[in-house]
Amino acid sequence: MTEPKITFEQARHVADLARLALSDSELEVMQGQLDSILGYMAELEKLDIAGVEPTFYSVAMETPLRTDINAASLPHDEALRAAPEQCAGGFAVPKVME
Amino acid sequence: MTNTDFHTRSACELRESVACGQVSAVELVRLFLGRIEKHDGRLNAFLHLCPERALAEAAAVDRARAAGEPLGPLAGVPVAIKDNLCTRGIPTTCASKMLAGYTPPYDAHVVEKLRSAGAVLLGKLNLDEFAMGSSTENSAFGPTRNPWDLERTPGGSSGGPAAAVAACLSAVALGSDTGGSVRQPASFCGVTAIKPTYGRVSRYGLVAFASSLDQVGPLGRSVRDAARMLSVVAGHDPRDATSVATATEPYEDECGKAVRGMRVGVVQEGLGQGCDSDVTGALAKAVDTLRTLGCEPVEISLPHLRYAVSTYYIVAPAEASSNLARFDGVRYGLRVRGGDLIDTYGKTRAAGFGPEVKRRIMLGTYALSAGYYDAFYLKAQKVRTLIWQDYQAAFAKCDVLVSPTAPTPAFLLGEKLSDPLAMYLQDIFTLPISLAGIPAVSVPCGFSGQGLPIGMQVCAPAFMEGRLVRIAHAFEQACGLSSRTPPDFS
Repeated sequence: MTEPKITFEQARHVADLARLALSDSELEVMQGQLDSILGYMAELEKLDIAGVEPTFYSVAMETPLRTDINAASLPHDEALRAAPEQCAGGFAVPKVME
Repeated sequence: MTNTDFHTRSACELRESVACGQVSAVELVRLFLGRIEKHDGRLNAFLHLCPERALAEAAAVDRARAAGEPLGPLAGVPVAIKDNLCTRGIPTTCASKMLAGYTPPYDAHVVEKLRSAGAVLLGKLNLDEFAMGSSTENSAFGPTRNPWDLERTPGGSSGGPAAAVAACLSAVALGSDTGGSVRQPASFCGVTAIKPTYGRVSRYGLVAFASSLDQVGPLGRSVRDAARMLSVVAGHDPRDATSVATATEPYEDECGKAVRGMRVGVVQEGLGQGCDSDVTGALAKAVDTLRTLGCEPVEISLPHLRYAVSTYYIVAPAEASSNLARFDGVRYGLRVRGGDLIDTYGKTRAAGFGPEVKRRIMLGTYALSAGYYDAFYLKAQKVRTLIWQDYQAAFAKCDVLVSPTAPTPAFLLGEKLSDPLAMYLQDIFTLPISLAGIPAVSVPCGFSGQGLPIGMQVCAPAFMEGRLVRIAHAFEQACGLSSRTPPDFS
């Protein structure tokens, strides 16, 4: 039997990096699907890409800059309106650390 | 008295009918809202309707008309918008539990443009969750059905827009296209859609999926309608750093211009392997039609087209994994409280995202992670260069390229759900165009033996949307397929 392209442990590691609290059964299904997809992508290994530059943006562009002047932005209360929990004018979250 | 066939008229015709007083904008809104009430239960194209607001907007158009004020190019035209475009004060869910009930505090750039043109917003349309999918089956609020056969998908991810326009529940619509998401649904539903050149239309207010690929695109029942919508929404926006300053053109003016002498590259990889025989047959007939219009077909090969699926499904999920990191239960959307902050992130995201979104986040995170970045993400971006070079070489020999939009007509609901890879392979003809950033249009070019629409995709060099409109319009006029309405929705 060939080596899986991604093991259960590797899948769990990726899920942790992505902050996805997947159940073991969800992760098992996901691992199988990812394995199949990554297997298909192995075809890229055959390509000779020596000397080829990567394309990050298909249309040539430079980062546009603007003059550093104050302009109106989203009002504070608008920015907080959709917050699940608020506290002291900010977004309230469960504690980060002890 | 409102004529009963107003719902089948083009957006451009409706605008003229309102401007000359043949029908009021309010009557038009009532007509379309009535059709939505009657038909959308079967289709599930709409996620949210804004009837009071639409009537108020329409009334404002009628007052302006009565006062002799100048009217915008879409004055009184009922439009609907894919639910991944932010609309101030109107729910925007991206068809996800993560954003159920979320109401943005601002309008997307394209929404502002539609409003200034006088368009009237009927509501928000269904999509695959966060625009990830090719069938609209990944929506958290149920799939949309194809008006040509309710057992089939309308395609995706802009299935709501395509179905609504095809069934005359909206005159025109805006969708978004990252790997084919306006073109493939247009093909499945027998309507016309344009994916602009990357950077042509501002992405400000479009909920980001893949930042180097996403574009907003119009869907309509005629090339002229799509062209007018494109003119309204295209153009530079300083709020989108990838929005280009290249001048727009009056794309609609290309309608009616001759195409004699245009060299049409027929993509050889688009003929056969994996394509339905009805689809290859329809494309061959379409090429004949173009020949009778005076175009010169040229055989073209895109040798790296076969790597497009692998390339795209590394690049797009990688970018998506970064863009969807913002959905963490902190500032908006769903929050599932965990023991601490990290636990809250994990539980919120596990509960808020559907399986396809999770799959793509996982793929993308893997491709970007230490030890895999070079082998996956960097390599894919290099193959992307090879694909771009194939198009440059092709455009040295021809003016446009044609292929089927999709390898098959609309498939059955549920048919491809158990095999994600089979679903991804649906996009083989649309993906390479997205990777290259060039513009493309899908126009109806035939029907399958089962009466299902088939679309032809035409692409052109960057910023040549005018050329696309010209040839697509000429083709449409020669074929007469675009104005057909699905029998159950006439």
